[in-house]
Amino acid sequence: MGGDAFEVTVNLVKMAVIFLMMVQMVPILVWAERRGSAFIQNRFGPNRVGPLGLTQLLADAVKFIMKEEFVPGKATALLFYAAPVVALIPAALSLAAIPYSVPVHVEAFGEYGPYVFNIQGYEAGLGILFILSVSSLGAYSILMAGYGSANKYSLMGALRASAQMVSYELALSLSVIGVVLIYGTLNLSEIIKLQEGVKFGLPNWGILYQPLGFVLFFSCAFAECNRLPFDLSEAEGELVAGFHTEYGGFKMLLFFMGEYGHMMVASCLATIFYFGGYNIPYCTPTEVLQILETKFASSTVASLLTSLVFLISFLIKVGFFLWLFIWVRWTLPRFRYDQLMNLGWKKMLPWSLFNLILTAAAMLILKG
Amino acid sequence: MLPVLILGALVILFGGGLIFLVSFLGPSKPSAEKSMPYECGLVGVEKRDTKVSVKYYLVAILFILFDIEVIFMYPWAIIYKSNLAEAGTFLFIEMMFFMAILIFGLFYIWKAGALDWE
Repeated sequence: MGGDAFEVTVNLVKMAVIFLMMVQMVPILVWAERRGSAFIQNRFGPNRVGPLGLTQLLADAVKFIMKEEFVPGKATALLFYAAPVVALIPAALSLAAIPYSVPVHVEAFGEYGPYVFNIQGYEAGLGILFILSVSSLGAYSILMAGYGSANKYSLMGALRASAQMVSYELALSLSVIGVVLIYGTLNLSEIIKLQEGVKFGLPNWGILYQPLGFVLFFSCAFAECNRLPFDLSEAEGELVAGFHTEYGGFKMLLFFMGEYGHMMVASCLATIFYFGGYNIPYCTPTEVLQILETKFASSTVASLLTSLVFLISFLIKVGFFLWLFIWVRWTLPRFRYDQLMNLGWKKMLPWSLFNLILTAAAMLILKG
Repeated sequence: MLPVLILGALVILFGGGLIFLVSFLGPSKPSAEKSMPYECGLVGVEKRDTKVSVKYYLVAILFILFDIEVIFMYPWAIIYKSNLAEAGTFLFIEMMFFMAILIFGLFYIWKAGALDWE
């Protein structure tokens, strides 16, 4: 007894913390996006409110909250309200299944036995499949918003966005199969463990085996997140703002959280599949733990610090990919819709099939 | 499974609850013009049930077809590495047959013009 209640509490707290971290990251990313775009376009961006314009986020939040609550007259109220809430679900559920760092081993204290604390919301055995399936639910939120708003621009934006998402999902899932082939597992923690160490003088990361797969995966991730150059859903020149034309205030903010959450998931997955997850080049978690255990008497403290070091490594990698998302958005122009669909079906899909066959054939020749 | 449902409920509670609470804060000045569908300075004429290009349905159907094929590849991909030594060639050739049919299908819809957008 006691153990179960403890376990449940720990897991609940972990999930809540990961979810709130995601919500917290959104204003920071918006700030980075605005400052970053200003930097790229040779202007200042928000720099008046607080140091470096950082408290601009608070001002924005207040503005979002104080907006009028509004539903268009002909809208289907249930769908209209449900869409922004549903938009949060895929990102939140996927982020909780991602292993952020090495587990912390807590020593036995008092009557409680030793405890292993995973830096992960919950352990999903079929990690990759779980995340892929959950994050494809994002299309529902967009369709609900588009249909519920009772506006032709919203509907057209939603249809475009969902057609685009399903088209690129094929190439995305196919490029992920390359990773599954190489590592032979769907479990994210195991994939990260297999990327420890050094190969050919380079870190033993997935990118060594799947360079083409990475390019395909990351390009498809842009389309999945509806980010430029694939943000055809909200081509403002033709569709006003796409599926969220009728939205404003707090509901708009929830859509933003969903979109940025999706970006975070994509960045985390790119890091885990192709850039070694939390691994630091040329040193393994065990080595770091041994060094720290000689410095600190308690093995709990050493384990905790190791976990922290690798968490920072993971966050740096994810931060780089998030910056890449912003960078690309302000560098490339938008595609036309037929170009987008041609790219998805006639280029990405055949290339990812080719990547898959190439991977399987190379594995057969090199090992068999 | 249970943690996923709990987190899902938490998220819905967070989003829904905040939308509900925030709705008390803002002003409320409804008007007939405001509740009309958004249109660029004109009175809207088109209804929501506007005609939608059949291409979108086609894309959805093709997606379902191909996505099922992709799901079939996942179990194969998991066992491929561990069985490479004993049955590697067999597994490879079996999957190539599957892929050949898939690629033939892709080639067919491509030539039939299902992937063309004007």
